[in-house]
Amino acid sequence: MYKELRSHVIGLLNSNVRLDGRKPSEYRQPIELEYSIVKTAEGSARVKIGETDVIVGVKLEVGEPYPDSPDEGTIIVGAELLPMSNPEFELGPPGIQAIELARVVDRGIRESNAIDFKKLCITPGEKVWLVIIDICPINDAGNLFDASSLAALAALKDTKYPAFDGDKVDYKHKTDKKLELEKEPIGVTVIKIGNKLIIDPDIEEEKVIDSRITVASLEDGTLCALQKGGDFPLTTEDIDEMLDIGIDKAKELRKYL
Amino acid sequence: MPYKQRIDGRKFDETRPIEAKVGVVPRADGSAMFKIGNTWAYAAVYGPRNLHPKFLQDPQRGILRCNYNMMPFSSTGERVRPGGSRRSKEISLVTEKALLPVLNLDDYPNSVVDVFIELPQTEAGSRCAGICAASMALADAGLNMKDLVCAVSVGKVDDKLLVDLDYSEESYAEGPVADIPIAVMPNSNRITLLQMDGEVKKEELMKLIEMGKKTCMDIYEVQKNALKEKYHEVEV
Repeated sequence: MYKELRSHVIGLLNSNVRLDGRKPSEYRQPIELEYSIVKTAEGSARVKIGETDVIVGVKLEVGEPYPDSPDEGTIIVGAELLPMSNPEFELGPPGIQAIELARVVDRGIRESNAIDFKKLCITPGEKVWLVIIDICPINDAGNLFDASSLAALAALKDTKYPAFDGDKVDYKHKTDKKLELEKEPIGVTVIKIGNKLIIDPDIEEEKVIDSRITVASLEDGTLCALQKGGDFPLTTEDIDEMLDIGIDKAKELRKYL
Repeated sequence: MPYKQRIDGRKFDETRPIEAKVGVVPRADGSAMFKIGNTWAYAAVYGPRNLHPKFLQDPQRGILRCNYNMMPFSSTGERVRPGGSRRSKEISLVTEKALLPVLNLDDYPNSVVDVFIELPQTEAGSRCAGICAASMALADAGLNMKDLVCAVSVGKVDDKLLVDLDYSEESYAEGPVADIPIAVMPNSNRITLLQMDGEVKKEELMKLIEMGKKTCMDIYEVQKNALKEKYHEVEV
């Protein structure tokens, strides 16, 4: 469908340049991260990578634990691909694209054990905290995965518990008690087009990707979640190289926290 | 206790601090942000663009579609469930009716102009903030317009008439409250949105509408300045 665009992108990549003049493993600039931008949320952050602009808000609610883990709270991640942010997004229930985005962000946080679910327990078997993380893109100019994962982590770092008297949550009063984070997972998506690897695709590049891997990793380089996407297969050599790039670039994003 | 002084110290005809910016969603054909106190609205315009399904098309003129949506974390209290409610559908409808009179859609047969209003944070007056942002976004999209639309809520708290009610005033418990969102076309001096909840005498309502119109002229200046900031004159 985008045959010409694809061959143009690959042609440029053969001389190590991209449509907007970047190097293959360069993020768009500027990258901006702002904390506490939404007062109605218990925690929030906004991340801009180039023109991509994402807000993540965290709400804390008291709910019942799952029967198989009575002493654990949990996280819920939602992503809404707002039709405001991209002419191709439509109104309606989350489509597969939104669900994948939410689940990739969810797994980075969940599988790294960034939040100790036991610490979210209020009364075993009865009451636990639910940490609800919502991703809302303001402007989708490409690479919602990385922007959302960074904004979600930042919003969690910003989260404070509201007052709770054992019966009702008083949302008007935030306490000084912060949501504890044990780990800080960061997701980086590495893209393969032709036989070239790039990061941080813009809208045009996203149209012509062959395959991608989102790599969630911790400070020491430990991997905590992966997701391969795209219609084309990868060799083990590809994967080896993509993981290296993912881990390396996470260090760069971490500086903005 | 009579309501002698506003809880946040404002004068009775004073709005909360306002901030406005145009061109905040680069991917949209037009966009704007409008913040009044803790209420924060974005609006993005897409179109005129092709309308599907085809049976919705009007061969005489383009149609306007508005969608008002609160982000899940935009309300103090529990999370707002995504997907829209009866309330958000109604607000989308009245927003559409508030904006339609300033548009001339005759030039865009079979097309649609989509307006998406998103609220990251709300504390009273969100439909008015949405309308203010949307009218700036429509202008930013370069659509054929007769006027802008400015909106504010006016009302009565206990026995006092005031503009731009905040949450503490909307939920004032020690006396009667009337909440009246209005939208005005500042140049032709017409009203395009009028709703009311609460109790008020007709004479008071007429006075409140005048107060609202006056405030809308101030909002109009803010909107114009925001537009001029993006579309400043160039010296030749």
